[in-house]
Amino acid sequence: VCFHRVRSCSSIRFIKSKYVCVFDKSALKFSHQQRLFRTSAVSCGQIVQFKLSDIGEGITEVTVKEWYIKEGDSVSQFDSICEVQSDKASVTITSRYDGIIRKLHYNLDEIAFVGKPLVDIEIDASKGVAPEEDVVETPPMSHEEHTHQEIKGHKTLATPAVRRLAMENNIKLSEVVGTGKDNRILKEDILNYLAKQTGAILPPSPKAEIIPPLPKSETMPVALKDKARKIPVPVSRPIVFSGKDKTEPITGFQKAMVKTMSAALKIPHFGYCDEIDLTQLVQLREELKPVAQIRGVNLSFMPFFIKAASLGLLQYPILNASLDESCQNVTYKASHNIGVAMDTEQGLIVPNVKNVQVCSVFEIASELNRLQSLGSAGQLGTNDLTGGTFTLSNIGTIGGTYTKPVILPPEVAIGALGKIQVLPRFNEKGEVFKAHIMNVSWSADHRIIDGATMARFSNLWKSYLENPASMLLDLK
Amino acid sequence: MVLQSSLKNCLQLSCILRTPKAGFRSTTSGGLIIQSVSHDIYQNLAVEDWIHDHMNLENRQVLFLWRNSPAVVIGRHQNPWQECNLRLLRQKNIKLARRRSGGGTVYHDLGNINLTFFTNRKKYERMENLKLVVRALKALSPQLDVHVTDRYDILLDKQYKISGTAAKLGRTTAYHHCTLLCNADKFVLSSVLKSPYKGLKSNATPSVPASVKNLFEEDPTLTCEMLLDAIAEEYATRHQIDHHVTLINPADEAVLPGINNKTKELQTWEWVYGKTPKFSVSTCFNMVYKESVLDAKVHLDVKHGRVEVCNIDLPDQWLPPALCSELVKSLTGSKFCPSETTTLATALLRVCPQDEELHSRWSLLCENMITLM
Repeated sequence: VCFHRVRSCSSIRFIKSKYVCVFDKSALKFSHQQRLFRTSAVSCGQIVQFKLSDIGEGITEVTVKEWYIKEGDSVSQFDSICEVQSDKASVTITSRYDGIIRKLHYNLDEIAFVGKPLVDIEIDASKGVAPEEDVVETPPMSHEEHTHQEIKGHKTLATPAVRRLAMENNIKLSEVVGTGKDNRILKEDILNYLAKQTGAILPPSPKAEIIPPLPKSETMPVALKDKARKIPVPVSRPIVFSGKDKTEPITGFQKAMVKTMSAALKIPHFGYCDEIDLTQLVQLREELKPVAQIRGVNLSFMPFFIKAASLGLLQYPILNASLDESCQNVTYKASHNIGVAMDTEQGLIVPNVKNVQVCSVFEIASELNRLQSLGSAGQLGTNDLTGGTFTLSNIGTIGGTYTKPVILPPEVAIGALGKIQVLPRFNEKGEVFKAHIMNVSWSADHRIIDGATMARFSNLWKSYLENPASMLLDLK
Repeated sequence: MVLQSSLKNCLQLSCILRTPKAGFRSTTSGGLIIQSVSHDIYQNLAVEDWIHDHMNLENRQVLFLWRNSPAVVIGRHQNPWQECNLRLLRQKNIKLARRRSGGGTVYHDLGNINLTFFTNRKKYERMENLKLVVRALKALSPQLDVHVTDRYDILLDKQYKISGTAAKLGRTTAYHHCTLLCNADKFVLSSVLKSPYKGLKSNATPSVPASVKNLFEEDPTLTCEMLLDAIAEEYATRHQIDHHVTLINPADEAVLPGINNKTKELQTWEWVYGKTPKFSVSTCFNMVYKESVLDAKVHLDVKHGRVEVCNIDLPDQWLPPALCSELVKSLTGSKFCPSETTTLATALLRVCPQDEELHSRWSLLCENMITLM
């Protein structure tokens, strides 16, 4: 606001016009230039040098370690300005004034001196300069508490948020009637003051607040409608939402996902889904869980799904293959390194269990435990995260039934498992029984995998899981 | 002696803590002694923050007693890579925390006690506090040779450091906290506080290494409980209050409203690692690959814990240059941390030619990069 006023000043002051020619516009922003253009009719900001106050213990110099503000930022009294350090003590320096930061006197890691200027703050001249000693302060409070501010020797009570709102709208607190306790100025008082001035309700900034529209006439009972017609129609106020978009660069785990999934786009996916009856497997796992526990391993369903997949891959090795860049050659991988998608705090990672084809279900379970604990600690190594040939994703632990998983290159197939639900099904005798049903959704690379292959593999995998005893026959 | 926390004590504390404006009409005017029931470093640091931000210390002072399960605590403006062995911390599941006060890096475990002296800005006096601690120690064990140095350390037998100090000054309140080694694991302490990271250039506050000793080694009758008790007794005498220690639960939102947010903030990556002042890493590693040794030169600029600039110099054509530049591009802007680097590197491997030779060279390079973090 002050900047605009300066421009209008400069056109009036012909004597000073040579300065306007010499200095470019950016120079006008800096403190000392504005003094030249001040007219009596206009109150531009006055620059105050905020000096570094006494730290105590006879300390005369400190190192500036962090700035919380930069030149051009507006600050309120008690806002943090910077962090300085002296001899094992870290000190937060807070602002004594409301205003706009015009100059930082030190760079990071420079030595600052007690009693010398730290920052220049441009304050509203009408408010006057606070005395050099610390302003009478009340002890630190939570944001709900109130702080005092001395304006022209007359105490005005208002919270920092209210004072900021007033400052941003160029309102002098002394002109606002406070309706709170002890004549405290509330946010509503500022809004009312503004409404009187501009005839509209302004949104409080920067918090988002939706002001609901007035109720429509349909909601009023019929009897009142007649009365309503006689009452003047209220002005419909616009719904105002002042939330702001936030843009930030993509890094880390998301970047990795962008790379992987963009490459996956090149693969023509087809999907194949089915329903698996896990009733028998559920029972089997219940029996085996304590056995595994004694050996120190947590047994979930995944080791069974993984082992069954490997048995299936032995019959349909093309699902454990890789197509080269030029789509000229297919490489059939000897090892079944089955990846397991994991959701961690930081994002998606897919470690794999190596050589499932020679592992027992217990060994797979044990390895999964190891990968899971490393994964949640963010300590998985490159070896665990590379070399995968086929992937399973157990999204069902979070929820869902059918899904459309994306193949992770350089693999050619992936399976996603939904949640296990208890549903009614018919048995061979035509009776209804309680079945534990899980849905599986496969995606495969249609350049080298055809639907029939996927279907047959899925059927084989399904038969192993629906009748776990049959796995025994083919277990290697 | 420390009393069991009763409901009455907690209510009394919440009255004291939550009515700052009303002044202190409690019976214990002038001083208050509180002790944390938690051994979680983040929760205890959050209590310090809470008291610093919310308590009125105009007319009273507070002594806060706390202990933590194994953790390394760095000062506000320090660089964790410079100060400790992060790899070892991760392996041993030792927590890393950044406190808000200045000073150097310390190792905490249950054999170490922490004391925080809260006062208003004007009454901030570290020397007096440390002399109080020394008096308490001498009262417990009169033959102990302990004294305070002008660097605010407490030395045992004039050479072994048993206590380090740091302080935080705010607008109206200040606190001075210090450690006291009773029976800590010196072996773990010295191994975690030794940084293996080479080629670091930074303006962060460096720690001054010192030989340490446990009080227990001088006087085997001493325990942490005895030390806490003696110090509370001395504090009570000095401030003419009852030797009454109020127990405080750092997870209790009712007594300390807003404390859980403070605890969460102290655990965020942005606070612990992101607040590291800008630094650079310039180093080379020798990679042994198939009976030959190769040199790689790496330079990284790290700001706010994220890689700002990354340069990797490899022997010509050892890896496809396109792949290397992809790695550099991915790393730029990402956190200087092993899990992000591993994830990015392995994602890149998925989209490059599937060649075993290439993969093993790539893995070798990435493993080496990760040793820097």
